[in-house]
Amino acid sequence: MSLLKHELRQGRTAFLIWTGAIALLLVLCIFLFPEMKEEMGEIGQMFSNMGAFSAAFGMDRLNFGTFIGYYAIECGNVLGLGGAFFAALCAVESLSKEERMGTAEFLLTHPVSRRQVVREKLLSVLLRITALNLICYALVLISALLIKETIPWKEINMLHLAYFIMQLEIGAICFGLSAFLRKGAIGAGLGVAVLAYMLNIIANLTKSVEFLKNLTPFGYCDGAEIVSQGRLFPGRMGIGLLISFLCLAAAYWQYGRKDIR
Amino acid sequence: MYAIQTENLTKYYSKTRGILNLSLAVEAGDFFGFIGPNGAGKSTTIRSLLGLITPSSGKAMLLGKDVARNREEILQNTGYLPSEALFYPGMRVKEVLKLSADLRKMDCSREAALLCERLELDPSRKAEELSFGNRKKLAIICALQSKPELLILDEPTGGLDPLMQHAFFEILKERNEEGTTIFMSSHILSEIERHCRRAAVIREGELIAQGSVEELAKTSAKRVVIQGDVDLEGLEGIRDLRTMDRSVSFLFNGEIGRLLDRLARGQIQDVSISEPDLEEIFLHYYRKEEEA
Repeated sequence: MSLLKHELRQGRTAFLIWTGAIALLLVLCIFLFPEMKEEMGEIGQMFSNMGAFSAAFGMDRLNFGTFIGYYAIECGNVLGLGGAFFAALCAVESLSKEERMGTAEFLLTHPVSRRQVVREKLLSVLLRITALNLICYALVLISALLIKETIPWKEINMLHLAYFIMQLEIGAICFGLSAFLRKGAIGAGLGVAVLAYMLNIIANLTKSVEFLKNLTPFGYCDGAEIVSQGRLFPGRMGIGLLISFLCLAAAYWQYGRKDIR
Repeated sequence: MYAIQTENLTKYYSKTRGILNLSLAVEAGDFFGFIGPNGAGKSTTIRSLLGLITPSSGKAMLLGKDVARNREEILQNTGYLPSEALFYPGMRVKEVLKLSADLRKMDCSREAALLCERLELDPSRKAEELSFGNRKKLAIICALQSKPELLILDEPTGGLDPLMQHAFFEILKERNEEGTTIFMSSHILSEIERHCRRAAVIREGELIAQGSVEELAKTSAKRVVIQGDVDLEGLEGIRDLRTMDRSVSFLFNGEIGRLLDRLARGQIQDVSISEPDLEEIFLHYYRKEEEA
């Protein structure tokens, strides 16, 4: 487990910055809610009547005046997008950074198997994503209690679970990419996160491309759908799980056979 | 037993040649030199031995075990010094050494402290702030601290000042006397001649000579540069003759007494007889191959 410890130590600063930034924004959004709620009568109508824009962000299906409606849109975007970027960055750098920084030679001339390297690095990505989500979840609950809002446990838990699984899928896709890339990994990782997010936005705009929701991990963590339908989307999550499995298998296969330059 | 043995080891990078049918044998306990210019295939050979790259064909055995199948077991007993040492950002020297030891599941703190003292490396310094030479020292300590059975050193002295080179070779000598096999790649012939018992020469991915250093040195010519007039007509062993104004330069592989006799009879202002550079050594080997 020395490699796992080393990975966690190496990623400590990025983890603290990302977790701090996302948590701060979430807390800020929640503390703004009481003020927003008072002005929400007119604004809520306006938000839900902006046509395609409202549809793209799910604002036509949620009531901005309720805590969960507000939370699913505002905080959902912060945790969804921020978490996806963090998952993408820490996963896509995981294997590729060793060759980019020239440390692969140091690492792989020690008695560690390539499988062990993949396993411990993957575990470190998983732990960091999990820790970020747990910290954010705890702070969200504390903040909601502080503003004296009743916590809608079912919806909050469903939203956080969906965001967490989405980040794991983004992480798995980027981890797979990481085994193939030597340079440009950060760009590729961010590209995956943005593409996944945009696919969901596009799928929200028109019925003809609604199938895209099955492909993008953002498809099963759309706050508006989860809250309005009061359920998760196991079918889409299943597809995500399959994609994740394939990407991780590709990472094991590629890293086990690649030449280290 | 051989510490290193390769059989027809071949590596192509797409269509580019890395190494070709390399058959190398290094006995356990040997101090072995591996000579070749940049791009000859030294690093490709070393990377194949360490399992960093997969050979296109052929076989590599280290410490009697197949590299393809027993990589981790082999690396547990092998120390490696890369030609350019790079470390993780934000780590101090002692943390790098601890990580290296932890990856081997060993406690090497005592040996690491001794080596830091001998090589004058401050363990509290940040690795990324070290000079090239000090980074090299850190890599040396990483390779040596676990007291491995086999040491593979790729261009080990680059960046080390003469005093440190001396200290480093003293440590290597001690380790070799304790039974460690040392495989050292270099393009500095004098370094190989001074420290190694046996050596191999690689050119364009192929092994062109292998044997004891005395044997190899015997066949290597000297570069002679003369300022003045001297009659070299009929003197055997002259190659690569170049004349410029009143100076003449050539590779000499004949009897040194006869050369000195000719020099004594000529009118010369200056003479230098030096070890030829690596290119000239290779020229010597190429000619030898062509003659054969």
